[in-house]
Amino acid sequence: MPPQTLDTILEGRRSQPSQLIEALQDVQQNYGYISQEAIKSLSQGLGVPLMEVYSVASFYKAFRLKPAGKHVLTMCTGTACHVRGSRLLLDYAISQLGVKPGEVTPDGLFSIEHVNCLGACALGPIVSENGSYYHHMTPAKLRKLIATLSRQETGGDNDV
Amino acid sequence: MSRLNSYRELEHLRLRLQEQRKNITTTVMVCGGTGCRASNSQAVIDAVRKELSSQGLDQSVRLCVTGCHGFCEQGPVIIIEPGNIFYCHVTPEDAFEIVYQTVMKGKVIERLLYEDPGSGERFKTESEIPFYKAQDRQILSQNRLVDPCSIEDYIVAGGYSALTRVLNGITPEGIVKEITASGLRGRGGGGFPSGRKWSQCLEAPGEEKYVICNADEGDPGAYMDRSVLEGNPHLILEGMMIGARAIGANKGYVYVRNEYPLAVKHSQIAVEQARELGLLGENILGSSFSFDVDIARGGGAFVCGESTALMASIEGKVGEPRPKDVHTVVDGLYHKPTTLNNVETWANVPAIILNGSSWFASRGTKKSKGTKILSLTGRIKNTGLVEVAMGTSIREVVFDIGGGAIDGRPIKAVQTGGPSGGCLPVDKFDLAIDFDALSEAGSMVGSGGMVVMDEETCMVDVAKYFLSFLQDESCGKCLPCRVGVDRMLEIITDITEGRGRPEQLDLLEELGETISQTALCGLGKTAPNPVLSTLRYFRSEYEAHIKEKRCPAGVCKALITYSIDAEKCNGCGVCIRACVHGAITGEKKQVPVIDTQLCQKCGICRSECKFDAIQVI
Repeated sequence: MPPQTLDTILEGRRSQPSQLIEALQDVQQNYGYISQEAIKSLSQGLGVPLMEVYSVASFYKAFRLKPAGKHVLTMCTGTACHVRGSRLLLDYAISQLGVKPGEVTPDGLFSIEHVNCLGACALGPIVSENGSYYHHMTPAKLRKLIATLSRQETGGDNDV
Repeated sequence: MSRLNSYRELEHLRLRLQEQRKNITTTVMVCGGTGCRASNSQAVIDAVRKELSSQGLDQSVRLCVTGCHGFCEQGPVIIIEPGNIFYCHVTPEDAFEIVYQTVMKGKVIERLLYEDPGSGERFKTESEIPFYKAQDRQILSQNRLVDPCSIEDYIVAGGYSALTRVLNGITPEGIVKEITASGLRGRGGGGFPSGRKWSQCLEAPGEEKYVICNADEGDPGAYMDRSVLEGNPHLILEGMMIGARAIGANKGYVYVRNEYPLAVKHSQIAVEQARELGLLGENILGSSFSFDVDIARGGGAFVCGESTALMASIEGKVGEPRPKDVHTVVDGLYHKPTTLNNVETWANVPAIILNGSSWFASRGTKKSKGTKILSLTGRIKNTGLVEVAMGTSIREVVFDIGGGAIDGRPIKAVQTGGPSGGCLPVDKFDLAIDFDALSEAGSMVGSGGMVVMDEETCMVDVAKYFLSFLQDESCGKCLPCRVGVDRMLEIITDITEGRGRPEQLDLLEELGETISQTALCGLGKTAPNPVLSTLRYFRSEYEAHIKEKRCPAGVCKALITYSIDAEKCNGCGVCIRACVHGAITGEKKQVPVIDTQLCQKCGICRSECKFDAIQVI
């Protein structure tokens, strides 16, 4: 599906301030993050002050104000995952990739996120990679997942 | 399908659909819920579909991709009717055998049956499995009957009959009376009597009113609302329609977490289908009742589970709560009277209308009626979604349904009610699942999260976990929550890192009580509960951290060391290769040594070692 442009996202929502969060969700879904350009355009299109758009976009966890890495590793840190050791997974990802949650590795390949619950609590700990769920994770399995993804990338480079 | 203009047309449609399905001899129900999808159920669904079609069974066998069956640990799960045959851990490779043996010949495939981890006994049918046998699944059992993306399935199963009954002669006052008499209380956490809420909203002055379904299940470790909305969205819509009719609303919202993509998708599809049939829109089924629903996607803020913050979020604003001097039933969304209930509460409404309030009230305790869905997770054998009558004891849920501890480690506590609830020790397991009983014990039913903890769970760490969660999620509007929770977290961090002082425990209690008395919203007021309840029941663990600088559960990194148990180690050397910090050294066939200076306690060696030889002291 081709990404929707900012204009299409604003279609049917113009001058409706209550549509701000819905519009931000669509921007995030199509572009992966909320750019300055998008903030300005939503502000004008919906009739919401620039400051308020920024305040809403930065308040909610769902919105990213910077681009994410190619592979977004999301660690579920819900209670059920926590008691089964999800903290170790997050610590491992941070030390292995050298970035904090919300940041991107310098090569742009990985970013780490953590989420309060992915709703698959019975199968915890859960790690999601770009929306695909990996269940019953251990630090060892995470190490292999990161290694496999990195290998795919370098392999891909060779093909080019 | 064309628009339905009267009750009779809906009944005709139902009969026509039932007639069309008369030739179906077998139904194969494959779980397509989030849990089973994580275990690759989509591939199983594709394989079974392909197999059915290659055997020419498309017409006589119905493949129904359903919502969550609850036993997520065993996924992907398949149930075959007739026969109620239950297969678990199904792989795409099993599809041929399932179709050829079970569907075509009625033979049961032994190896796919559920095996009880304790006794090793295999069970043929779903209803015999201990996990299901001890439950009373009034709402969850409906998930297996319908494909959530098919309004036809819902109608065939009797859906929208409660709506017809309401439109066909029950007055708004009559609906409210029925809900009040049933004793239904809000399933989202507060346990507020739904009938009273509806009645206040009905009486509130104003032409424009709203109903909202709170599906912003922010409580970490709980997923019952996701499963119900994702698995049976029309049930929620029907509940909301009845609520709207009762209070006089023409517009409703489902506020759903964007982290639940399947729930968002299924509820959007359901709304579109209901609009197409005229079950949403102007003059529903030819009556004077007009009502429509929009789906609002949440932004991932825990505080938006609080009603006033949620309403601010629907209005497109920052989700901050406001003081409730005037309740939302009078001054809610866009300052109009609003009735907000959570998913499970709405899900109970159609059955109360159809079966009557006394049917609903026949289950439960004196003040908590009906059933409750619990999300049973953590360090326990059978994890999944469980529905039991109110009044069932925690012990029955944890041991009879949950199957007890994993790996023989004794169970220590259960955490109920999420970040607003508390931890209850084993000697409180005879308490009933009842709004009031659990509150008196310092916890709460909450939305139904039940996280089981054993000896490898550190209660101080659990308290710290909830505090960091709450500190992160505090909207920052009121000082007690913004600063108070932060100070509590500082103290607990000191304790878990070996800097704790004995007098800090009293300070924690004092701070906790101050926050619970002074915070602005319900979430702030209950924020200290995880700390207060663990201090009340597990004080000795705090004392071990402070006085002995020891974490009895082996969790708090600053207070533990990793070493290798020479008796268990066979010198395979996997840990040496696995350690990314270069902290493990040794010769082949010898017991390696861990350099405690270099060891980061990351846990990789523990999860790689097949002999359980890495000890934590």
